[in-house]
Amino acid sequence: MATDDIVEIEQASQLGGAQSAGLVETQSWTFSEPPLELDCGRSLSPVTQAYETYGELSPERDNAILIFHALSGDAHVAGYHTPEDHRPGWWDTMVGPGKAFDTNRYFVICANIIGGCKGSTGPASINPATGRPYGPDFPILTLSDMVRAQERLVTHLGIEKLLAVAGGSMGGMMALDWAVRYPERVAAVLAIATTARITAQSIAFNEVGRQAIMADPHWNEGDYYDGPSPESGLAVARMIGHITYLSDEQMHRKFGRRLQDRESLRYDFGTEFQVESYLRYQGNSFVRRFDANSYLLITKAIDYFDLANGHRSLVESLERARADFLVVSFTSDWLFPTEQAKELVRALQANGLLTTFLEISSNYGHDAFLLPNDELSAAVGGFLSHVQRRLRQNGGRA
Amino acid sequence: MSWISAPRETKRRLDYELISELVPQGSRVLDLGCGDGQLLSDLMTNRGCDVRGIEIDETHVRNCIQRGLPVYHGDMLEGLQHYRNGSFDLVILSQTLQQAADPARVIHAMLRVGERAIISFPNFGWWKTRLQLLLTGRMPRHRLLPYEWYNTPNVHLCTIRDFRILCRQEGLQVLHEIFVAPPARRVGPFLANWRAGLAIFELRDGRS
Repeated sequence: MATDDIVEIEQASQLGGAQSAGLVETQSWTFSEPPLELDCGRSLSPVTQAYETYGELSPERDNAILIFHALSGDAHVAGYHTPEDHRPGWWDTMVGPGKAFDTNRYFVICANIIGGCKGSTGPASINPATGRPYGPDFPILTLSDMVRAQERLVTHLGIEKLLAVAGGSMGGMMALDWAVRYPERVAAVLAIATTARITAQSIAFNEVGRQAIMADPHWNEGDYYDGPSPESGLAVARMIGHITYLSDEQMHRKFGRRLQDRESLRYDFGTEFQVESYLRYQGNSFVRRFDANSYLLITKAIDYFDLANGHRSLVESLERARADFLVVSFTSDWLFPTEQAKELVRALQANGLLTTFLEISSNYGHDAFLLPNDELSAAVGGFLSHVQRRLRQNGGRA
Repeated sequence: MSWISAPRETKRRLDYELISELVPQGSRVLDLGCGDGQLLSDLMTNRGCDVRGIEIDETHVRNCIQRGLPVYHGDMLEGLQHYRNGSFDLVILSQTLQQAADPARVIHAMLRVGERAIISFPNFGWWKTRLQLLLTGRMPRHRLLPYEWYNTPNVHLCTIRDFRILCRQEGLQVLHEIFVAPPARRVGPFLANWRAGLAIFELRDGRS
């Protein structure tokens, strides 16, 4: 993409621009009865979920799209909270008027996952039984638990059947979970830079991140809300994460072996290379906006996720699915590699489901799905508009 | 196995209308190397077919998505193996067989997932091809074979006779043969191996 194009897109996406979702407000909804029954055998109540919506729900209520965010995301998918905000929502490149998730046509919903720390019930929330933050008492969650909670929200919003569920990375896993859990309640699934189950390598990276947090003396077995939080551990976990989100090539291009703010080596353990500086910055800024217990919980939920759990094969696990699928991978994504996406596609096709698979050339690694990408926008926009057309032609059946 | 994606716009027009005529209403169709999806889109809209495509070129895949076609981005043998036996009434391979590393294997793979296969290919026995080689002493080049010998993706060119022999050897039953003289004139079976630049075969597994 030419620089001019990027400038143009950015202008259109600025607050007040033609393609900006504009000012949005995070809303909140709490349910307590019946409690949310969890995979671990415990239950959770009350459950609060922070969410945002964009666009208008059609009178037929047939244009709603639920977007699931990834590990560090939140309900704020697009637009701005205040006119002073420097940055829009995390998927602003994709969500807005005239964008791929076109808010002129679709009613877009995004909720913060439970277990998170951006307004939904999580380890930092007050446990009504004790009047103190849950901390270590917060139940271990699965992605399916998070999906079940969002189903309650969707029902609360008066939507029987979603036009689509969509997500990248962990969000894509949740979209897949929805597809088999509520097959009659979704017409299309967009699974981007994702997989039906992560590899041992990915579990390994998550585990190193968790160990970094738990090795921090401030962690205190998760009971730290009265004192200092395990910031250095969480920062290291985030640094490890960032390494996995970038491709080798992109790191080489972005930083190479260049030094940060100096001409020559200093021969000490300070920040010397640009890549070190970048990782430290990412780690340190992350701790200001994220809770370590949430990080532990969510990475564990990602590790647990396996669509084939309880089935003989991935193919069998998808037998219940009825939706049309768009699966997208990126060439340089080694965290959620193309081969895994293809494994998923094979299983979908074996079930006779209408499946489209696209592998986009990109140097940006796993992060590619969050960056402006014409190819991704065109695929998502084109796919959605055809699904909506088919759905309306067939009176509700895609 | 992989091959270079050839410019598809020009080569489609010749055969795709004739291929369409072989496709009954409402068939389940898989197009291998479906390009930008022109043929599939036509079959879906005009013949009410249930269509799927496989295409290796990213830009083509993008175009297919814009047409609302379910397409698999990747190599065709790899893309085929996902489907269960007999998933399709017809599997189409338009002017790509000659680019396959193992054409016989491709045909059998097609007939595993499909009841019948429609295969079109440039006929190397066409008089123009023969004459060019004979008179100029150089590798033939024309609209059906637009490449230089050193950059051609066509690694397994054959004549109509060659193809019939392959079908016999592999136990493939020929249901239809259509012969085309460029630009788009149908010719009869008489001296077809001389007169036709392009051949379209409809096959089924003769042993099943």
